[in-house]
Amino acid sequence: MARLTPDNVTVAREIIGRYPRPKSALIQLLHLAQQQDGRVTDEAMSQIAEMVGVTSAEVLGTASFYEMFKFEPVGRYMVNICTNISCLLLGGEELLHHAEHRLGIVPGQTTADGLFTIEDVECIAACTEAPCLQVNYRYFHQITHDQFDELVDDLKAGRRDDIPPHGTLARVRQHIPADRRAGAVTPEDTDVPVWMTAPEEAQA
Amino acid sequence: MTVTDVPKIISSRFDDPVGHTLAGYEATGGYLALRQALGMSPAAVHDEVKTASLLGRGGAGFPAGVKWGLTPADVWPRYLVVNGDESEPGTYKDRLLMERDPHQLIEGVLLACYAVGCGQAFLYVRGEMAFAQERLAVALNEAYAAGYVGKSILGSDFSVDVVLTWGAGAYIVGEETALIESLEGNRGMPRLKPPFFPAAKGLYLQPTIVNNVETLANLPWIITNGGEAFAAMGAEGSKGTRIFAVSGHVRTPGVFEVEYGVTTFRDLIYAPVYAGGIRGDHTLKAFIPGGASAPWFFEEHLDLPLEKVAVDRAGSMLGSGAVVVMDETTDAVKACLRIVRFFARESCGKCTPCREGTTWLENILQRIYDGYGRPSDLDLLLDVSDNISPGIAWPPKQTTICPLGPSAVSPIASALTRFRPEFEAAILRAEEARLSVSVDLPKASARA
Repeated sequence: MARLTPDNVTVAREIIGRYPRPKSALIQLLHLAQQQDGRVTDEAMSQIAEMVGVTSAEVLGTASFYEMFKFEPVGRYMVNICTNISCLLLGGEELLHHAEHRLGIVPGQTTADGLFTIEDVECIAACTEAPCLQVNYRYFHQITHDQFDELVDDLKAGRRDDIPPHGTLARVRQHIPADRRAGAVTPEDTDVPVWMTAPEEAQA
Repeated sequence: MTVTDVPKIISSRFDDPVGHTLAGYEATGGYLALRQALGMSPAAVHDEVKTASLLGRGGAGFPAGVKWGLTPADVWPRYLVVNGDESEPGTYKDRLLMERDPHQLIEGVLLACYAVGCGQAFLYVRGEMAFAQERLAVALNEAYAAGYVGKSILGSDFSVDVVLTWGAGAYIVGEETALIESLEGNRGMPRLKPPFFPAAKGLYLQPTIVNNVETLANLPWIITNGGEAFAAMGAEGSKGTRIFAVSGHVRTPGVFEVEYGVTTFRDLIYAPVYAGGIRGDHTLKAFIPGGASAPWFFEEHLDLPLEKVAVDRAGSMLGSGAVVVMDETTDAVKACLRIVRFFARESCGKCTPCREGTTWLENILQRIYDGYGRPSDLDLLLDVSDNISPGIAWPPKQTTICPLGPSAVSPIASALTRFRPEFEAAILRAEEARLSVSVDLPKASARA
């Protein structure tokens, strides 16, 4: 664990190749590392640094800015409960307190069995479905306290295989076939794009 | 009550179970605008968007056609960055546009690249939106295979890659220069404008257009139906339609595409086809007209049209199209605290007035809420606010690089002006609690 697997190195190289500058792939590679290990390890950050040509400190510098990257082990299920304004008005805070009691932890902590971490999060863009929450960034709308308990029971019993472990975002990745690829355009490519050069002829 | 009968421009496929697939999109007129545009000159496509007077839908409301024209002539390459980092509290429309009609967005991206001459496009989707990322990945893979994206699009000499990029949890990245920093692999901290206006010096210091998801989603309709048809809808300064998310204490919260500039807040909040009125037997206390950054509106503002100029003049903004309704049961101190806490948490830390100021605003509000408030705290709140946004006026002045700091001042200015007695009562309770401390130990954190 920790360094990227050979398969993930292949994915990482494909991602880097899409950007005009390798460092632009940094956040994407951090997601890849987190998908592999459930968090971002020091070893993965060193490796990413090598791949994009910056120092490990620069990788940590970027990574530590973003809320979603975790550097310590977290639960298999990250339960993010929204308490921002729309959810606050409709019981988001009460839902958070219920979750704290049900799981015996406060936001930022992980249950002893390593299954759940709770976070008190900012607006997750499901405001008309308040109070809402995400488990590993999958939405649950208008959640009652009973429904929360059911969800916890289901997750514990392994009945929710539609929710991948923490770290996995989209389960489908973009893939650009070689024969369809237009190619990354770097700042050094200063030619006028072909379609911009002869608009009059195209019209005529 | 007026509910105008205009076509759904961008949400027409929201209820179509296959609207997100390539087949479903093509069956409902998808990619016809792209074919049409390829037969036009890029300048003609740009002109059509200018004619439409399409205002940016991200928050600032700057005309998209004008923004495109700000790129310096003969500086290449140019980039397009799609802002799908929707995070403004209460806002809920770009996610639906990405999840339910991803091809419409992709077609909009292609039209913008064609018109402006962008060599590459980056579609930046908020990190927390796993499903939108998935839908867009599938759609892009389909579109590449079908020849709509990539090299020699539909056999023409127009070629552009659209690269799907995920964010990782940072509200500030919705600010266009912070988004560019993030795309360069850095901490998402805004750049100073000038000189870093993206249209002139954006991604890799090249001319860069940053457009919101909803803005771009309008383009296929505009090209197919013409800019004039678009401009025929709405009001003088706000054309077309717009999506508003109405949440909070309403009967039927939802996401509604309505005619821009003509529909009023009263229509949106009370019409049965929209939010259906205040829940139960409750009454309106206040509403936020355009996301958490916007100053609050009240009963007397209900008949204002959803029109940029009118709302700006009344002292707030339509911002990101998020209407949050609060009834009379709402604790103004708590609502204000929660919104300010958001900005304190999301401040990137680059500018001192915002980093320190938002934190202190939160601390002071928290102590008022917890029953430790001091009579001088209300003036202190205004004093700290004034350091972030001198004069506490609208439109706000700022001592910061970006508008995040001043945004934290909006709820304070609104709540303190309108509901000052609630704040004073909270402080008075604290005073009383302190006086009785030697007689009967009170719980300082208890709230009546």
